[in-house]
Amino acid sequence: MPNQLYKVIENPIQTEEVIRKVESRNAGAITVFIGTVREMTNGKRTLYLEYQAYKTMAEKKLNEIGNEIENKWPNTKVAITHRIGRLEISDIAVVIAISSPHRNVAYEANRYAIERIKEMVPIWKKEVWEDGEMWIGDQLQKTRLNKS
Amino acid sequence: MIKLLFFAQLQEEIGHHSFEIEDANYTVQQLKEYVLKEYPMVNLQHAMVAINEQFSSDKDLVHDGDIVAFLPPVSGG
Repeated sequence: MPNQLYKVIENPIQTEEVIRKVESRNAGAITVFIGTVREMTNGKRTLYLEYQAYKTMAEKKLNEIGNEIENKWPNTKVAITHRIGRLEISDIAVVIAISSPHRNVAYEANRYAIERIKEMVPIWKKEVWEDGEMWIGDQLQKTRLNKS
Repeated sequence: MIKLLFFAQLQEEIGHHSFEIEDANYTVQQLKEYVLKEYPMVNLQHAMVAINEQFSSDKDLVHDGDIVAFLPPVSGG
């Protein structure tokens, strides 16, 4: 489905395409969040990231987030694409586009979307360093803290 | 038959993406215990479990034909 609003894909994300899905004559603003792969995390150099998803469930959860937003802030339109697989530094991992009649809502709703993604969408990233690798998630970070 | 799916570090700890078990009528808690018995090194302490792509709780029942996914804390975005 080329026009699907909530997608998990393996190829580079076409940001323009995501934006186009939320264009509307009623919109006064479109906010676009672009999540990119960062090189340095807590002083450690990442070589690349490996993203994995429970794809069908992840797309459902993205859809749920979109529904939450459209209920919370009427007249918004939401589109989210997340990329999985191997991503290099500076590659785009996620694009969230939200249109709204007014800019305040467009900003607020976009922030809400990324926070919800980090809470409940079954997607995971593994940081690969020169001397090792680690799946990222609360669990391992907590485990590490407890052990140290 | 129940299909079990594992993701991220759980998949690496177990060594494969999925396997099937013949019996049904487990609770989620009992399924976790089953997995821990088969794979004692696996850390399910913080895993969430989804039955047919819906988050579930330990008391939920798993039925024949269900797909049960073990999900470590997510880290997308």
